[in-house]
Amino acid sequence: MHLVYPAVLAALLFSVGVYGVLARRNVVLVLMSVELMLNAVNLNLVAFDAWLRDAVHAGQALTLFTITVAAAEIGLGLAIVLLVFRTRRTADVDRLTVLGDPSEAAPDAAAAEPEGQAA
Amino acid sequence: MNLALPILVPALPALGAAAGLATGKRFPGLARPLAVLPVAVSAVLAVVVAVQLGTGQSLDAATRLTPTGGPDISLALHLDGFSVLISLLVGLVATLVQIYSTAYLKDDPRYPSYAALVSLFTAAMFLVVYSGDLIVLLVGWEIMGICSYFLIGHHWETEDARSASLKAFLVTKLGDVPFVFGIFALGADAGSFRVTDVLAAATEGRLGHPTLIALLLLGGVAGKSAQFPLHTWLPDAMAGPTPVSALIHAATMVAAGIYLVARLMPVFLLSAAALVVLAVMAAVTMVGSALCALAQDDLKRVLAYSTVGQLGYMAGALASGDRDSAVFYLVGHGVFKALLFLTAGVVIHAAHTNSISAMSRMPGLRKRVPDAYWAMGIGLVALMGLPPFTGFFSKESVFTAAEHAAHGEALTRGVGPASAVPEAAGWIVLVTACLTALLTAAYSTRMWLVAFHGRAAGEPAAAEAAAAPAAGAPYSPEIDEADPATAEPAAMRWPLWVLAVPAMGFGLLGLRDDWLPSLLDGGSLRPTVTTSVLGTGLALAGILIAYAAWRTAGARQAARPAAEGAPADPGRLLLGPVYRFAQHGFGVDRLYSALFVRPTAAAARLVNFLDREVVETYVRGAGTGANALGWLVRRAQNGNAQAYLNALLAGAVLLAVLVAVGS
Repeated sequence: MHLVYPAVLAALLFSVGVYGVLARRNVVLVLMSVELMLNAVNLNLVAFDAWLRDAVHAGQALTLFTITVAAAEIGLGLAIVLLVFRTRRTADVDRLTVLGDPSEAAPDAAAAEPEGQAA
Repeated sequence: MNLALPILVPALPALGAAAGLATGKRFPGLARPLAVLPVAVSAVLAVVVAVQLGTGQSLDAATRLTPTGGPDISLALHLDGFSVLISLLVGLVATLVQIYSTAYLKDDPRYPSYAALVSLFTAAMFLVVYSGDLIVLLVGWEIMGICSYFLIGHHWETEDARSASLKAFLVTKLGDVPFVFGIFALGADAGSFRVTDVLAAATEGRLGHPTLIALLLLGGVAGKSAQFPLHTWLPDAMAGPTPVSALIHAATMVAAGIYLVARLMPVFLLSAAALVVLAVMAAVTMVGSALCALAQDDLKRVLAYSTVGQLGYMAGALASGDRDSAVFYLVGHGVFKALLFLTAGVVIHAAHTNSISAMSRMPGLRKRVPDAYWAMGIGLVALMGLPPFTGFFSKESVFTAAEHAAHGEALTRGVGPASAVPEAAGWIVLVTACLTALLTAAYSTRMWLVAFHGRAAGEPAAAEAAAAPAAGAPYSPEIDEADPATAEPAAMRWPLWVLAVPAMGFGLLGLRDDWLPSLLDGGSLRPTVTTSVLGTGLALAGILIAYAAWRTAGARQAARPAAEGAPADPGRLLLGPVYRFAQHGFGVDRLYSALFVRPTAAAARLVNFLDREVVETYVRGAGTGANALGWLVRRAQNGNAQAYLNALLAGAVLLAVLVAVGS
């Protein structure tokens, strides 16, 4: 199989991931997009590993590492999302701006704060 | 002689002042003894020193204070007839003023600091008088200046007192700047700051720049002794308590300038120009201040202008080359002017006003303060110079000195050649002294008549209205809490009589050559027939003119009973159109304010503007610029994680494109 198929597929997957990270508002979907990007990378690693006929299969070994790290990351990320949702009653990325510069983000924070308190 | 005695004389009041300042708050009961005792003991010690020294002797003792690389500064004593005589005056007046103040400022919450400052001032004056080193003398001179500043500003709650104390300080310091340079030049030329060395150098003609030195020193003398260009602080200084006026602004501090010139007379005799300048200064001061005194409505301001004029007499005697008569006049004047001020304090307490026109509206003031009435009479007669009071003999000696100088045979008493004194100086002094004798008698009579012999027919005028001064007149009121209904305590009455005795009799000491003159340079101080006829005649004429003018003014007022506000004031009648100017000191204050004060204030405003509007703009600009940059950067940090990621991606793409294009 020619290298171009997996490479194009990986590029498409990565683009979909980038779009999801940049454009989706729901944090869970953002995390899923991150997974898409990671898997695009994995696909590339495996494809090049096979294409270059690497004797030690460094690409496949690295893919295993990436999968493990991604699993850990998604566990951590979902835990954070869960906590944020419990305290803020929302999982929208563009409403979670309390870590921004207070004077600039004041209207947002002021709007977000009472909602969380009320709930 | 035991050196401890003359050292203790200035040291005791200084220690008393330190103790008074240290304990004043915690033990207010100690303030009175700490004020009176050291000064009184010093006065007694001054008498002992004078007796031990004897006549015609002098005592010098010195210990080197600090090496300077140039002429050494030494802690030196130089006692001779002049210094012991003046120290007697200082001791007497200071003791009486301290005793008087215990009653005068009885209820004053700041009495302890006041008394301590008076003691410190006394110590400084003793230091000036006894010092044998010009730098140490300068120290005492400046301590007196700062004490004067604090004491004039004693009632600092009032605007008048604050501005008067500042004015006195600044004006005298203005004179002290050339004075310091004069002392340095003198020390450099003579190779020593010791008075004896300086005098020896002057006698041997080793001084390189006598005229320059003498003129520089005259600056300080004019400031301290309130002579013409720098006299304006003294009348305003009357905002201080009356005993302070008696001690500092009449009897002692203002005499320091005269004493210094007398002490350094050989230096001044080397320069005819300086003597002429001194004579002109004295002449302008004498006549101008006498005219001003004739127009004042404030009792203390009359006396202040009178002091300025009498200091002019002393300066005139010095300009005629005769330091004996100047010091004779100084001591006599110190006694009777202190007497006049202390009586003025009693009268002001009783009348509750400084204004003589207001006093004239008060019925029975004369009977209310009989001591002050008679003591003030004695003082005024001494001031006018009627025989046989002190003023007569001292004034005659000035006349005699000026007359001799005018004929080219100045009475330099062996200090220098008679030809050293220019005849012009003698003539200037003689003519203006005659004129001033007339004016002095006139204003003394006017003050006496207006203050005590007003409309005695007790009119039921309201007390408030009666205490109001004449409209538009300069007025230096004093905060005074005394109850006018109670009689003055004894401590305010008997010092008057203690001073009245020398005011009457001190002049007689000049009659015999082996009494007072032997303490000084030894020449005769006896009046000559010509000058005594002239002086007494002028004084009598002044009295008669003032009396006639008073009668006329009174008659005119009786004809116009509608004019309630204006009392019978002979000064207004005598001076005519000049009255308005004389009342405000001939506008010298206004002139100085236009020439110096306003340009200085304008320059200060300009500097303020440059600092606030120009320099500060740069400083502020540095701050606001950084702030604006920070604001721009802060805008980016809005808390939206996706915005950050967008920027991150854009940056990565940009870098990738750049790398791709670049490679």
